[in-house]
Amino acid sequence: MTDLTNLTVAGIRDGFRAGDFSAREVADAFNANVAAAKVLNAFIVETPDHAVAAADAADRDRSEGNVKPLSGVPIGMKDLFCTQGVQTTAGSHILEGFTPQYESTVSAKLWAAGAGMLGKLNMDQFAMGSSNETSFFGNVISPWRRSDGGNAALAPGGSSGGSASAIAARLCPAATGTDTGGSIRQPAAFVGISGIKPTYGRCSRWGVVAFASSLDQAGPMAHDVRDCAIMLEAMAGFDPKDSTSLELAVPNWEVALSGDLRGKRIGIPKEYRVDNMPAEIDALWEKGIAWMKDAGAEIVEVSLPHTKYALPAYYIIAPAEASSNLARYDGVRYGLRDLPDGAGLQDMYAATRAAGFGPEVKRRILIGTYVLSAGFYDAYYTQAQKVRTLISQDFDRAWEKCDLLLTPTAPSAAFALGEKSDDPLAMYLNDVFTVPSSLAGLPAMSVPAGLDGQGLPLGLQIIGKALDEQGVLNAGLAIEERAGFTARAEKWW
Amino acid sequence: MSEYRIQGATGEWEVVIGLEVHAQITSNAKLFSGAATTFGAEPNSQVSLVDAAMPGMLPVLNAECVRQAVRTGMAINAQINRWSRFDRKNYFYADLPQGYQISQLYHPIVGEGEIAISLDEKDADAATKVIGVERIHIEQDAGKLMHDQHPTMSYVDLNRCGVALMEIVSKPDMRSPAEAGAYVKKLRSILRYVGSCDGNMEEGSMRADVNVSVRRPGEELGTRTETKNVNSVRFVMQTIEIEASRQVDVLEAGGKIVQETRLFDADKGETRSMRSKEDAHDYRYFPDPDLLPLELSDAFMADCKASLPELPDAKRARYQGDLGLSAYNAAVLTAEVDTARWFEALLEEGAAPKAGANWLTSDLFGALNRLGKDLSESPVSPKQGAALLALVADGTLSGSLSKQVFEIMLETGDDPAKIVEERGMKQTSDTGAIEAVIADVLSANADKVAQYKDGKEALFGFFVGQTMKAMAGKANPGVVNELLKKALA
Repeated sequence: MTDLTNLTVAGIRDGFRAGDFSAREVADAFNANVAAAKVLNAFIVETPDHAVAAADAADRDRSEGNVKPLSGVPIGMKDLFCTQGVQTTAGSHILEGFTPQYESTVSAKLWAAGAGMLGKLNMDQFAMGSSNETSFFGNVISPWRRSDGGNAALAPGGSSGGSASAIAARLCPAATGTDTGGSIRQPAAFVGISGIKPTYGRCSRWGVVAFASSLDQAGPMAHDVRDCAIMLEAMAGFDPKDSTSLELAVPNWEVALSGDLRGKRIGIPKEYRVDNMPAEIDALWEKGIAWMKDAGAEIVEVSLPHTKYALPAYYIIAPAEASSNLARYDGVRYGLRDLPDGAGLQDMYAATRAAGFGPEVKRRILIGTYVLSAGFYDAYYTQAQKVRTLISQDFDRAWEKCDLLLTPTAPSAAFALGEKSDDPLAMYLNDVFTVPSSLAGLPAMSVPAGLDGQGLPLGLQIIGKALDEQGVLNAGLAIEERAGFTARAEKWW
Repeated sequence: MSEYRIQGATGEWEVVIGLEVHAQITSNAKLFSGAATTFGAEPNSQVSLVDAAMPGMLPVLNAECVRQAVRTGMAINAQINRWSRFDRKNYFYADLPQGYQISQLYHPIVGEGEIAISLDEKDADAATKVIGVERIHIEQDAGKLMHDQHPTMSYVDLNRCGVALMEIVSKPDMRSPAEAGAYVKKLRSILRYVGSCDGNMEEGSMRADVNVSVRRPGEELGTRTETKNVNSVRFVMQTIEIEASRQVDVLEAGGKIVQETRLFDADKGETRSMRSKEDAHDYRYFPDPDLLPLELSDAFMADCKASLPELPDAKRARYQGDLGLSAYNAAVLTAEVDTARWFEALLEEGAAPKAGANWLTSDLFGALNRLGKDLSESPVSPKQGAALLALVADGTLSGSLSKQVFEIMLETGDDPAKIVEERGMKQTSDTGAIEAVIADVLSANADKVAQYKDGKEALFGFFVGQTMKAMAGKANPGVVNELLKKALA
């Protein structure tokens, strides 16, 4: 019998439906992998019983002829999604022990579709980070190692580092992530899997611990494009409890998947060719262009002139929103409370937040508070919002000449843990290719496209027009079909 | 209008007043959450996940609250802003779970409007003035803290947290405590007419922040202070007097007024500073990214407009103009929407306007005062009141008989016709019977008759009284007068 944990979501779904194996067998197999991989620290909390219960229900449903879209499929759930009765920490000490009495809309939809939960996945604290080094619960380690034999522990990317690592190590076939400035796409690129951030508003934010409200989006991470389509269909949909949720039907993305790009124009934005870009990444980008042509697309050079302002604008807007969204973590109603003897209210606030938040979270709250403060609001926040509009308009103009954009996902392959954690700004540069499409609310995906000189995965990013997840998935499929990416992390854990 | 001045040691001072009134919107659910808004519930029994600011919660706008704010704006002839936006006002306090209040700073839903006030609405000659309203915006209310339930801890009740408020900001057009008092009363009346706020200041559904500054007449505006959460009309007026006097004292002693927030202490009769400069907040207002801008459609606007009732000023004018009521009665009847409604019900049951107005304002109100009840607890209904008045109109009862019947109605709750029937209280116009009684009275008082004929005309009243007494008050007074005159001629 195949090792069930090598199967994709589609493979599990279809094999289960065909009667090749029971859902229970699948759940047991993944639960075993999870239990045996603690060294990766991909999970904050393991929930094998939840996976088994869902599997048993799936097996029952199957015997009654009642299978659901994800029956038999166990997944990982990023610890940013509130799960009823299961600890939800957002990777932070300030929410350690917090057990929601409610279920996020996205996770509820996945359970209703028949999926089971293997556990809550580790992540950068409050989704702030690009390497999963800011979690209170320790770093997540990538299952990948450089081919130089050095055995340096590598970052899986962030903030959805646990999700990325777990999928790459076959601890789960798919997982949810969230992407605010690249937190699905960049870790997907680092570990050689696929991940898509849909159009802003496709997935409900209700029950997702908020970082930056105008940027946060839930999305799937999985081995391939088809799996992403399957997962996204289950996750997406209008939610009246989220005022920014799009009131539109969810398209049948999986059924309409096609790698045939005839008639499509792929834009290559010249500003993404940054200084000091590693030659390997440039070379991969060229390969990607060739693959697009091979799939029938026309290649067009385009200009997105305000690209270089995207990162600074993002690192003003996102912290500003976060400084307000994180004000509720104050020790009064839930989570950590640090109440020194004789402390008054202000002392309790100060002690709780000092003890509860990690350094990167504090840094961003301070930046956010500063850029919103009297005397600085216009110079920073208003200005950044204006830049955001200009960036959006860049894309609008580009869509006159092309249908999709092709870029690298990240400016490097995975780096070692600790290599960039001393320099926050160097860490922020990881997001340079992913942030513009976040600011514009556009759908964007990363697909694994090749390996670097040290055998580490590199990804290519496709950005599409608002609501054109289909176009993005299809171009992703075209790359996947030609890239022949079959590399896997060699098991050392 | 106002010549109100504070007499300082060095001369006269003018007072400039602006009021920011926070009015809780009447709606079933809160502004951004579905929790109930009923006053007086068990602590923390009306708190949704959104109100408690649990992780991952998001606000969803309650359209009814928007409707109430728009209707209120229309009722004060204000500009309604078809596009408005919500902003977050950020600060930390235990009654504010989110760590920010959702409000509208930059683009409020209602723009400039006005409220006409009179220093005495019952007096047609009283001074009147138009007070400008700067804007109305909608925002969340905070929870309540209780500091007296425990020796070392404060208790937090979040029932009120998230209830919708209208913040109605006046222009600094008022110049005396009386004007401010009239403004608050008028605003309260309008809100109750519109039905957008119950105006209950004791329960906290309406409270005022009082902005006061002083200046020499004719000079530039002085620095103002803000006294927060004043919860009665009387306290608003007291706050102004006390704070203006305090400011005059400071300035005359050579000091400067600090722009600050103060609290009114009714027991001590003083205002005191609430926050020192170090605690001054920078609220870091920015547009709430969880909410879309608020856009009002033509259909929505038309619906709001159509739903407005006749407003107090228009109603008062109609009562005076069309119904011919006195300025006094028109003012009394329209001061409170409930009174006007009762009066209109009375008219609908057939009462004539002037008679109905007089009866309601003196007889009914007099009785209710005596019984310690308000109009909603009246033992007599509009239908019964109208029936009573009809019995007077058709001659069945005299004025004084009707008062007796009314007393019995108050006690028993019975209909007037039933009372008159059962107790034989009809007035009699039987000229024969009355003539006979008059003859008895005159013959029993021959000496007084002689005095009357000699010129002591005041004795006529005595004869009337004796006749009425002998007939147990049931004689038609008009007929008695006529027949007595004849008999004494």
